[in-house]
Amino acid sequence: MLDHILALTIKEFLVLFKDKRSRMVVIIPPLIQLLVFGYAASFDLNAVPYAVYDRDQGYAARDLLARFAGSPTFELAGHIGRQGEIAGLIDARQVMLVVQLGPRFTADLASGRTAPVQVLIDGRNSNSAQVALNDVSQIVNQFNQDWMAAHGRAGPPVRLVPRAWYNPNLESRWFFVSGLVGLLTLVVTMMVTALSVAREREQGTFDQLLVTPLRPLEILIGKAMPGFVIGVFEASLVVVLAVHWFGVPLQGELWVLYLGIGLFVLAAVGVGLAISSLALTLQQALLGAFLFMVPAVVLSGFATPIANMTPTVQALTLVDPLRYYLVILRGVFLEGAGFDLLWGQMWPLALIALATLGAAGWLFRHRMG
Amino acid sequence: MMSIRTNRRLPGLLRKESLQILRDPSSIAIAFVLPAVLLLLFGYGVSLDSRLVPVGLVIEQPGAETASFLGAFEHSVYFAPRVYATRQAGRAALDAHAVNGLLVLSADFAWRLKGEGEAPIQLIVNGVDANSARLLEGYVQGVWANWLQGQLAAQGTAFTNPVTAEPRVWFNPELQSRNYLVPGLLVVNMTLVGALLTALVFAREWERGTLEALLVTPVTIGEILMGKILPYFVLGMGGMLMSVLMAVFLFGVPLRGSVWVLALCSTLFLLTALGMGLLISIVTRNQFVAGMVAIVATFLPAFLLSGFLFDLGSMPAVIRFITHLVAARYFVAIVQSLFLAGDVWAVILPNAAALALMAVFFLGLSRRLLSKRLE
Repeated sequence: MLDHILALTIKEFLVLFKDKRSRMVVIIPPLIQLLVFGYAASFDLNAVPYAVYDRDQGYAARDLLARFAGSPTFELAGHIGRQGEIAGLIDARQVMLVVQLGPRFTADLASGRTAPVQVLIDGRNSNSAQVALNDVSQIVNQFNQDWMAAHGRAGPPVRLVPRAWYNPNLESRWFFVSGLVGLLTLVVTMMVTALSVAREREQGTFDQLLVTPLRPLEILIGKAMPGFVIGVFEASLVVVLAVHWFGVPLQGELWVLYLGIGLFVLAAVGVGLAISSLALTLQQALLGAFLFMVPAVVLSGFATPIANMTPTVQALTLVDPLRYYLVILRGVFLEGAGFDLLWGQMWPLALIALATLGAAGWLFRHRMG
Repeated sequence: MMSIRTNRRLPGLLRKESLQILRDPSSIAIAFVLPAVLLLLFGYGVSLDSRLVPVGLVIEQPGAETASFLGAFEHSVYFAPRVYATRQAGRAALDAHAVNGLLVLSADFAWRLKGEGEAPIQLIVNGVDANSARLLEGYVQGVWANWLQGQLAAQGTAFTNPVTAEPRVWFNPELQSRNYLVPGLLVVNMTLVGALLTALVFAREWERGTLEALLVTPVTIGEILMGKILPYFVLGMGGMLMSVLMAVFLFGVPLRGSVWVLALCSTLFLLTALGMGLLISIVTRNQFVAGMVAIVATFLPAFLLSGFLFDLGSMPAVIRFITHLVAARYFVAIVQSLFLAGDVWAVILPNAAALALMAVFFLGLSRRLLSKRLE
């Protein structure tokens, strides 16, 4: 049985790699994608353009505005002279926010009254708006603390002291790069697996397997092997790039990481084989793979937390192998989580792999006739 | 007599292409089912807005003040608080992801509050998901500030901040992530139909040899291209119409701009996407490679580099330069303003012009390459 499987596996690899374009498409894009998307994927704000409408020009106003100018989040785009200019700037997205100080700002502060500062912000990107508003609050809070210290007033009796674990600078890049490892593994594994079987179907060479002494189980394993090997290889490549190029820390143990990778790639291969055995043409296989992949990525917690989803949708994510893989990846990379903590993510993956591979095997047998 | 035959060739091609589409359910699935699924997921499921975030409160010495602090969190829609008696229990919960953040009220909290000086509350967030952690800190600050005001008012001491920030959010006052994500999703959907589906079309015909068979017929290259583009154009616009109807009537995303501007810009983008798909299929002539290239070069950029999800302004300069090559970027810019802000010509005109240029480029290049390959 083993030499049958080996022979089939070698043949599969030959088919995949004899075509130069096929070779390139499998190896190069994931690396480029990690580089480009790794830098693009971030919810952190940098150099957000803002405008100032300072009707006061007093020393307190200048102090507050200097803090905005000094913040890396914001970049001063210009000063506004008239109220009427504001709408044009925000509408056209030349600035994301406008900081507006009334004419009595410094006077109010000096006489101990509360001085308001209006912040007009573009809500079209709701996430950026929220993050920007948080940063504005921090700037204002710091100004308040310094002002009160300088003027002999006591600060608020209760102080909040925030600290972030695992990612002290709150760099969302680490979060996304580790997520991209998962995304790219899924795409490559599913494409390679689903498309290679479907291509054979369409060309008619799949039926030729019927006249060989290979049993359906051997065919299943032989077809699964290239996807599995390539998937694990790609994942390793991407992990190396993530650690050495992006500097994502790898706190946990390598064997836990590879156990997670192995189980996930098995599950992805299983899904790919199941889809391709249902498809009659390569187009159908590609589109079927897509129909699985896109919701799988959207629901996996890659960009939007699973906890934010409505309970029904959260239940749906339980059958998404990428969801567990991402927790394992982020756990091992960023939290240094060990097997004891991640075991709860691994057994669902193993279950999904078993179910899909079993389904694919059954479908092979019954569709091959 | 020649004109009668000319009039029959293109409709004949159109009929053949349409029949092919109708007989293959996977094409309909990509054009309508997948977009509908995505819209439902993004409209009802996925969200960047936190709700009922589990947060742990370590209360070492329960009392009236700590109870009122806990009460503030219980009443907030953002939080689902859990109480722990010791720091160890709280930290274990944070490790196990049972809570996303931890607030530590030490044993001397109440004593310090009543006395002089200050009572610090330690806030520990799990920083792995940096964005959510940042938002969590912001929400906690909000609840804490409100609680503080109430507490001080009850004590009779007034405390006013010197400066208060008064935010006014334009276009999306409730900061609902749905209003932000759904319009961009329309662009992603259209990329699926326009680029991915068409990329496979020519590639398949090359592989099967049916394209060369067309050569012995009197059809011209232009008619071949038109015969391919028109049915997928109709399919794409149909999908777009369905998506817009779902966005506006099912999810309540406001459409403040004019419908005809949306239709015009959709046409421009769809033509660009079709051009990209055709170009990919003509260059690769192989379904497997065409499929992979389409995903890598059109779909993933539309998802990650178009401004649909990640803010373009915050990306490094090199990446921002690359996004100028992504057609989806221009359409996302148009759609986000068209839905939420209205007809902002300063945004619409330059982006539409860029789209028109790209459409002409891709379609023109496809036509030239097709002529070259077939001769």
